[in-house]
Amino acid sequence: MAYGSRVIQSDLSFDIRRGDVFVIMGGSGCGKSTLLKHMIGLIKPAQGDILYEGQSFVGADAEARNRMRQGWGISYQTGGLFSAMTLAQNVALPLEQYTGHTKAQVADIVAYKLALVGLDGYQDYYPSEISGGMRKRAALARAIALDPQVLFFDEPSAGLDPISSRLLDELIVQTKESLGATVIMVTHELPSIFAIANNSVYLDARTRTMIDYGNPATLRDHSEQAVVRQFLNRELEQTHE
Amino acid sequence: MAESQGMTLLSGEDDRARLVLSGDWLPGAREDSFSQLLPMLEAQSLQEVQLDCSELGEWDSLLVALLLQLKHYCDARDIRCDTSALPPAIERLLQVASSVPTHQRPASPGLSFTEWLAPRRWLEPVGATFSGFLGFIGETAVAAGRLVVGRANTRFTDFLNFTYLAGPNALGIIALTSVLVGMILAYLGAVQLQQLGAEIYVANLVAIGMLREMGALMTAIVMAGRTGAAYAAQLGTMQTNEEIDAITTLGISPIEFLVLPRILALVVMMPLLTLYADLLGIVGGGLVAMGMGITPFQYFATTQEAIGMTQVLVGVGKSVVFGALIAIAGCRAGINSGRSSAAVGQAATEAVVTAVVYLIVADAGINILLQQLGI
Repeated sequence: MAYGSRVIQSDLSFDIRRGDVFVIMGGSGCGKSTLLKHMIGLIKPAQGDILYEGQSFVGADAEARNRMRQGWGISYQTGGLFSAMTLAQNVALPLEQYTGHTKAQVADIVAYKLALVGLDGYQDYYPSEISGGMRKRAALARAIALDPQVLFFDEPSAGLDPISSRLLDELIVQTKESLGATVIMVTHELPSIFAIANNSVYLDARTRTMIDYGNPATLRDHSEQAVVRQFLNRELEQTHE
Repeated sequence: MAESQGMTLLSGEDDRARLVLSGDWLPGAREDSFSQLLPMLEAQSLQEVQLDCSELGEWDSLLVALLLQLKHYCDARDIRCDTSALPPAIERLLQVASSVPTHQRPASPGLSFTEWLAPRRWLEPVGATFSGFLGFIGETAVAAGRLVVGRANTRFTDFLNFTYLAGPNALGIIALTSVLVGMILAYLGAVQLQQLGAEIYVANLVAIGMLREMGALMTAIVMAGRTGAAYAAQLGTMQTNEEIDAITTLGISPIEFLVLPRILALVVMMPLLTLYADLLGIVGGGLVAMGMGITPFQYFATTQEAIGMTQVLVGVGKSVVFGALIAIAGCRAGINSGRSSAAVGQAATEAVVTAVVYLIVADAGINILLQQLGI
């Protein structure tokens, strides 16, 4: 991964299994969000490929990529809600775009998705009329509108209080279980990582590559990389091996 | 028995009914929605609805969405909704979806017809806009006063940057519009003056028209669309990103730090751009005059006779006022912008519309004043 000639991360290679809650973690500025943006096709990798169910994503044509994306739900760092649209219109947009549902069906599904994230009754509110935490939840409602098989989250709990953060974690797990989906998220919220993740990759800013990969609870106690153990144990001193 | 594509409502004894859900509930497979079920439910007085999923195939959110509406309907009417036959996954989803009560938006107080017609309702926003404008002018004047005595938090580098953006970067578009406006003036005059055999006076018309009026006004309109809108968008985005909040809490006046350099930049650049537009407008008029058989020498000699320093100063004086008004309209719209991308768009639109209104009103006012003064 590179911005022009500036290499952000290299030699990244890992697998995510169906049904995983996979966390991309690492210190600030190591390229976590950049990796997620590569995975969802917003940035093209400088080298290499990303495979979804064995199919090349980078090498696919625009139509094939859009087909793959229809099975994804993506929630961005600041929500990414369309500010000129109400919450109902935000959630309805992918349904109107990609399903043959009637207007009444779309309205039913919008109410249901908003209810799932605890926002039933907020259909007519604009994103600017609700709090940051509610915007995050509304973004989740839009992300799961099409019952996606893969859910991407960029720092879903950032800026939320511990209780809202925990509720959002539970919501992600419930959504994942009900949809049978795979969750891929960028976060450095340790409680979230240990509560919901079963697989992870640690990106190191200094060496500009992944230095460990696996279950975060296992990495916390048994990682061979001291920096990973320190990160997951919230220890101050960082020595690189 | 009432029936839709994938659901059948079977009436039973003791005000009980059984809702049989059947087949696959997948996108495009059916058109069932709660709005179709509603008349079936309302047609009978029910105490209990039992769900029967024995014939249910594959399902997705569409079915759960319908069942959630049904649950809300039953809860609101004290109808027992027996969901025990539902697949566990659906039941769990329904539990999550019903865990938070539906939010009721507070009703906004409605207006009666007489209240709606009341002049106060219409005049108050106008008054607020006017007082807001005056307040902004006042704050800007105070900031300018602090700048004069060297106490303002205005950075010279910002002023230079905005001067560059408002000046050299705008030369291309100003050149295009000015040459064309000069040509339009010349054509307009030519049609009338040819009838009198006085084509040579096209030069007078173009020169005076450009110097006194069109040079300053057209430059101002272009700058309102270009720079005024940019100011509103920049400041609106800063408002969205809480940059203006940060400046305020650092104890720095946003007017001194953000608004003043922008206003000064436009006030300095507008006269220069206007002189540039005047010159190119006269050249544009000359091109048309040549097409009418007037030599370039004749055209420029007549132009020289027609114009004086007064004409130049009138246009330059107007441009200073116009520059200040464009910058004020843009900066005020940006500073007062809401905190969303839509609000930034509205601020940019407001900046242009307000600036054009200010320009026309100011131009008319200045012209009346100049006429009264005999200039």
